[in-house]
Parts: sequence; structure tokens; C-alpha cells
Amino acid sequence: MENGTIIEIQNLVKKYPIGGRQFTALNDINLVFKTGEFTGMVGPSGSGKTTLLNIIGSLDAPSEGKATVLGLSIGDLSHRNAARLRSEHFGFIFQTYNLLPVYTVFENVEFPLLLLKMPAAERRKAVLDALEWVGLSDKVESKPAQLSGGECQRVAIARAMVKKPEIVLADEPTANLDAKNSHNILQTMEKLNGELETTFIFATHDEKVIQYLRRKVSLEDGRVARDEHIKRTD
Amino acid sequence: MITLRLAYRNLVGAGLRTWLNVGVLSFTYVLIIWHQGLFSGMYRQASREFIKDEIAGGQYWFENYDPYDPLSLEESHGTIPPQLESAIQNKSAAPILIRQGTIYPEGRVQSVLIKGIDPDQTILDIPTGKLSADETALPVLVGRLMAKKNSLHIGDYLTIRWRDANGTFDAADGEIVEIMNTNVPTIDMGQLWVPLKSLQAMSGLENEATIIVVEQDMKQHADLPGWKFKGHDFLLKDITDVVKSKRVGGAILYIILLFLAMLALFDTQVLSIFRRRKEIGTLMALGMVRSKVVALFTLEGALHGILGIAIAAIYGIPVLIFTANKGIPMPSTVEEYGFALTTRLFPFYSAWLVGGTVLIIMLTVTIVSYLPSRKISSAKPTEALKGKLS
Repeated sequence: MENGTIIEIQNLVKKYPIGGRQFTALNDINLVFKTGEFTGMVGPSGSGKTTLLNIIGSLDAPSEGKATVLGLSIGDLSHRNAARLRSEHFGFIFQTYNLLPVYTVFENVEFPLLLLKMPAAERRKAVLDALEWVGLSDKVESKPAQLSGGECQRVAIARAMVKKPEIVLADEPTANLDAKNSHNILQTMEKLNGELETTFIFATHDEKVIQYLRRKVSLEDGRVARDEHIKRTD
Repeated sequence: MITLRLAYRNLVGAGLRTWLNVGVLSFTYVLIIWHQGLFSGMYRQASREFIKDEIAGGQYWFENYDPYDPLSLEESHGTIPPQLESAIQNKSAAPILIRQGTIYPEGRVQSVLIKGIDPDQTILDIPTGKLSADETALPVLVGRLMAKKNSLHIGDYLTIRWRDANGTFDAADGEIVEIMNTNVPTIDMGQLWVPLKSLQAMSGLENEATIIVVEQDMKQHADLPGWKFKGHDFLLKDITDVVKSKRVGGAILYIILLFLAMLALFDTQVLSIFRRRKEIGTLMALGMVRSKVVALFTLEGALHGILGIAIAAIYGIPVLIFTANKGIPMPSTVEEYGFALTTRLFPFYSAWLVGGTVLIIMLTVTIVSYLPSRKISSAKPTEALKGKLS
């Protein structure tokens, strides 16, 4: 891969069997993502944003073509190696937060570090740092049910960022949030992107998100319709 | 370790659902152990009573003797073997002569076994000393059930008829000198105990016996000419068979209890996996391998069993100790079971019983927890994140 390239997608096709025939969710996708990008995959529902995000995140595999992430071909990974890739190099942020309900905020954020078998003292510091980044240091012992939607999503961001991954994949992260919370969340992610050089890739059709992007990949019917680099004025 | 930690957190986090399952499982542990302990206690108690009152260290049987064949009983007697003479002198062995007879309680005809025993014997724990009484009538010892059934009381006279060695009928009056309180029905129901010498004289069978009981410490048990030695394994076989048959009935309760507990757990596991599909997807997305997710859910189920042990220990150990020490009162009808049961049954909980029960339940709990969790092993993370499990 070229210098600075973190993700490379070549002639990617993804098909699903639906009702006895194959539905093409992604068709002939060619994209390259570089380290530290703040990119959004934009498009209407069913355009293939989440599918592409899932393939990049090694949650799914391409039907044809190639998706190479950090030098690893996603289609060739075993379940175990795909899990390891996600555990070591990815952070995920979901539309519905997907926090583990019986754990406290601290434990939710700590979880990815447990999978990495990080020593306890190091783990504790990393979790507290991550919660400080997202402004939730005072909610350490709270359970998800005691938090607002915005706070839950900030916990999800802390969980995605706590291990300082190379890539964060965010699927409609603001869909369940009001405008104020959405901006807070996006500013937090933008700040982390700047400070840690983490590559952020969004799947969204939310205008509030789009205004923060520095690159916008528009998908239509499973194809890349436009790929624009945006100059931010602020 | 992380899986265990997560499983514990999930289990505790599930709150009431967990405690209901744990409660059912703990109840299963205690009830199964208690119930099986009853059978063990029954066997131990019955064996102990039989050994104490009837079989001691074993018995020499005259070669024709078959306690279940009344037709051969008249011929089942032989001269006491000289090899046992010294043991009999030392009170290490006690010969018993068994003859058939008839009594007439309250004008009815009742067949009985007349058993002659040395009044001075000390091997069997029955009050044969009372047979030494210098009565004008033949001193007779009967058991509690025999006395009750035939309305016999101490001091009552009864007519006894028997046949001597030549087949001649004879009769005499006997006096009830003692009613013994034994729990062994085979020395009680339908039996009269009289002095050995008297019965030998009445039957014309001087120095003869049907069986010879030996003391528990007697080491030498070789068969003698005309006499076969019967040890505990043989003599307690009836009890073992009865307990075995009762255990089969008990096993049904065991299986029902286990089945109900496992059904509750299986249901919880299925529900848990169904409700937590998104969580399963999240765990996979965060980098947990599928086998670990399966292990997590299986462990969560298995932990129910472990928590069940802890809870069972809290209330079960005092209950089990109490019943083992104080016994369980038995209804009066147990006297008619034909089994050596006392008015209180003392359950016996062996380490094998407790350990085995815990092991069986834990194994079943783990399997029952694993079965629904297997579904996860084929789950696609993307589907699970959407709340689907194919």
C-alpha cells in the first residue's frame, strides 16, 4: 500500500441472497483511505453505507474484489483473525450506542482493554483518560440506563477510543441525538481525530455530521457516485 | 479469566431472573441430597438393625435350610458341628433350632416358627435372658408386632403345638415372658422364641440346630461339612434389593426435579440469548471471538449451578445436619413394611452422595447452558448487531 494508506478497496462487490436471488448491495467500489481522515459515507437508506462500513470493519466479507485494511485482506481473514483485527485496531460507534447494560460506564469503556489483556493499573488510567476526553469523568459508576442518549453515545465514543485505535467506524452516530448533543459528539470526535490522528469513517445521511466531514463519499445504489474532499473554513 | 469475570457480572446484573434460577437449583440440590440421603439412611439403619438383632457376623446354615421353603424346614436341622463347639462355649456363636408350630390366639389358628436359642447368648441384641425364667410353662419371647397382631401380653399363656422329629404332634402351654422391641420383622412376625434346650427336647433333636449365628469379630468363616456359611452380602441381599427398588422410585423424583430445574435454566438461557442478540453482536464487533462468546453464555449458565451450591449450602447444610441428627418421624404404618425401620429415620449423607449430586447437577447445568449457546457459534456479527440470530 502507498505511504499513509490505511484502507484500500478495489473492485469490491457485495451480494446478499434475498428471496432466492442475489441482491447487489455494493458494486465496483474503489476507494483509498489515508491515516487521520475524517470521512463520511453519505447516501440514502439502502445505498450500501453500512455494508461498506461492515466490510472495512471486518464484520463482513466482500463477495468479489478486495478490501485491504492495515495490510490485511479482509476476505481472507479467519473469524479469529478478523476478531483480533477489530479488537486491536478498530473502534466502533453504533447508532443505538450498544452499551452493555449490566456494566457501569467505567466497565463499558474498560471492556475493549480487557480483551487486549492490558494490565489493571494501565487499564484504569486509560479508561479514566477516555472518559475525561468525552467529559464523563463524573459518571464513572453510572449504568447506561441512568444516562441520557447523548451521554450514552459519549460513553460509546470513549469505548471506541480508549485503546487509541487506528480506525474508528461510526454508523449513524447522531441518529438518535438532538442537535445540541450531535454537535457535542461530533466536536469530541473531531478533537480526538486531531489529537490522536485516528481515522474516522462515518456512515451517515445526517446533515449535522456532513458539515464536519473533510471528505464525503456519496453512495447511490451501491456505487460511489461522488468522492469529494471538503475544505473546512473554521 | 475475563470470561469468568464477565459471566459473573452479567449474572449478577440480571438480578431477579438469576436469583429465581439459583433458588430453584439450590432447592434441587438440597431436595435431591436429602431424598437420596433418606435411602442411604434407610439402608444403613436397616442393615445395622438386622446385623444387631438377627445376623450378627454371619450365619452357618444347615445345608437343607431354605427360609423361604416351609416344606423342607422340618428336615433342616443337623448336629452342631464339633468345630463350632468351643465358639458356642465361649459365646462367640449361638445355635438356633427352627421348627414349625401352631398357636391358637383368641381361638384362631396361627402358624408360627418356633425358634430355640440359648438364653445366655450375647451375640444377638434380643432379650433372650428372659427365657431363663423358671416358669412352669414354656417361657416364650415374642416381638412387638407379633404381640400386637395376636393380642399377646406379658404373662399371657398360649397353647403351642408342634411335631417332633418322628412327626408326632405334641402340645404344651407357653407363657409370654417378654415382648421385645425389635425393628427387624424377620425375627418378630409369626415367631416364638423359646429356650434352645427346651425346643431340642420337645422335638427330640438333642444337640441339633438349623442355623448358627456367629459373632461379628469371628474371622474364620469356612464352610463346614453339612453347614454353609452365609455372610453379610448374602444375608443383607433382601434389604439391598428393597432399597434398590425404592431407589428406582426415588430416581423418578430425582429426574423430575432435575428436569424442572434444567427446564427453567434452559428457558432462561434461550430467553437470555434471544434478548441479548445485539449484545452478542457488540461483543463480536468489539473483538470477542465467537467461541469466547459461546463460553461466556455457557459459563453464565454454569454459574447458576455454582451460585446454587452456595445458596443451597447456606440453608441446606443446617437442614441436612438437623435431619441427620434428629431423624425424621415415620408414620406408624412403617411397621408393616416388612423392613427394619424405626419410628425415626435418620438420613445419611455421604461425601459421595453430596459430591456426586453436585457433579451431576453441575454437568447437566453446563450442558443445558451450552445447548442454546451453540447457536451463537454460527452467528454473523452483522446479523447479531441488527438483533438477528440465524
